[in-house]
Amino acid sequence: MTEAGTTAVIEAKALDLVFQTADGPVHALKDVNLSINRGEFVSFIGPSGCGKTTFLRCIAALEHPTGGSLTVNGLTPDEARRKRAYGYVFQAAGLYPWRTIAGNIKLPLEIMGFSRDEQEERVRNVLQLVDLEGFGKKFPWQLSGGMQQRASIARALAFDADILLMDEPFGALDEIVRDRLNEELLKLWARTGKTIGFVTHSIPEAVYLSTKIVVMSPRPGRITDVIDSPLPKDRPLEIRDSRDFIEIAHRVREGLRAGHGDEV
Amino acid sequence: MRSLFPILTVVAAIIGVWYLAAIWMNATWVYDQAARDGREVGFSEVVGQTLNQERPVLPAPHQVAKGLWDGVAGQKVTSKRSLVYHGWVTLSATLLGFAFGSAAGILLAVGIVYNRAMDMSVMPWAIASQTIPILAIAPMIIVVLNSLGVTGIVPKAIISAYLSFFPVVVGMVKGLRSPDAMQLDLMRTYNANGAQTFGKLRLPSSMPYLFASLKVGVAASLVGTIVGELPTGAVAGLGSRLLSGSYYGQTVQIWAALFAAAILAASLVGIIGWVERVVLARMGLVR
Repeated sequence: MTEAGTTAVIEAKALDLVFQTADGPVHALKDVNLSINRGEFVSFIGPSGCGKTTFLRCIAALEHPTGGSLTVNGLTPDEARRKRAYGYVFQAAGLYPWRTIAGNIKLPLEIMGFSRDEQEERVRNVLQLVDLEGFGKKFPWQLSGGMQQRASIARALAFDADILLMDEPFGALDEIVRDRLNEELLKLWARTGKTIGFVTHSIPEAVYLSTKIVVMSPRPGRITDVIDSPLPKDRPLEIRDSRDFIEIAHRVREGLRAGHGDEV
Repeated sequence: MRSLFPILTVVAAIIGVWYLAAIWMNATWVYDQAARDGREVGFSEVVGQTLNQERPVLPAPHQVAKGLWDGVAGQKVTSKRSLVYHGWVTLSATLLGFAFGSAAGILLAVGIVYNRAMDMSVMPWAIASQTIPILAIAPMIIVVLNSLGVTGIVPKAIISAYLSFFPVVVGMVKGLRSPDAMQLDLMRTYNANGAQTFGKLRLPSSMPYLFASLKVGVAASLVGTIVGELPTGAVAGLGSRLLSGSYYGQTVQIWAALFAAAILAASLVGIIGWVERVVLARMGLVR
């Protein structure tokens, strides 16, 4: 496990994004400044419409900013996308129903032209990483929602990009499954040393997982607070009862409330 | 076996109604004949005679069944009176037309999905093409193609394709567009090219839609072929059987040919349904 370095992997400066809609322009992101270092686990939290998903999609070059600058690995987001710099996990697992779990994980590998042997080996490795050994030959509908989401994480990990972008990956799962997957995600992050961008609207989830918490607020979407977590790397679930944890959660809540203050 | 009982009940009811209708519709002729001969006919005599006329207004089910049986098993298959012979003439043009129509439908759908100009322009034309009565343009297609030196089953197949391409276009456009924004975004994050997105996402997603369209399309193909045989004076095919039957008042022959066509259509749809089950099961889309 490499320590979080000081090189900025993702850097946003004065980032702006305005959507032109039928009801007039919508300011989805306004003056967003943020730098994310290698190996960090960064959560974006805020109410819906605060631009947290939009920002993640900008990093992935699925949306294009209308102002400011954004670099990923020192490249433009589009160049980084073409170099397959990141794996993306969506809110829904989005596995192809006509492919087995192994087949789904092979999808990016086929597209990127890995050899057959290498595909097999990588599928084996990532299935082990997300604790789904022996499920490769099952079809998605034969798996529970939590297992499907793990398979979709495996799919994003398969081609070994340094950055993992996750858009509310556990949002549709129940609390118990969510807790377990959070714990597993931390272990996975510790083992792989990836840089993770994680969108959530759950305060405990953000505080439990992150080394850095970005609090955002809507209309226009902007960053209101960036919190560097003092929690240790090793985090059992019980850490959620510690004073540090409660204090950070409190600060996040205050940040969210402050962001809402000017419009209520 | 449980599903057999309701089916047989409905079939029995249809046959019952059919017999009653045959007695009622053919009775006029029996009474007319009797009046001309100046004799009285009793009810049982009327019933007996209505069900065994040579040229009934409505042939009774057993007459149609006999006509069908004679046509299929009672002749050499090369005979001009064999329904197998005429059925094969129609079937071969239907299959060729279905192949043309499906290929054209799939290609048009790909064009509509990938090309904005085609997206804006093709569909109205496709819809307009289906509002023109096929009976009106079938002879023109045959004449034009004949003058170009195209004869044989190809002109009929083109009329058949004209009817069958439409459901395939509609179904395939819907199918190729069925992947949602998230699935398309996923392909983008892999930097997949157009061919990969088509082959690995759009095409497999469209399979259930394709088979539904093919079932409609194959039935339309058969109708198209028969219609193509009607106004063009074709000498062979189920359509020509219908035509010559109506010229000579051979109602039994018409009904036998109609049933042959219906059985053919049902078999074709059944075969596609079977292929659909096999393909979708292999794709893991059937639970």
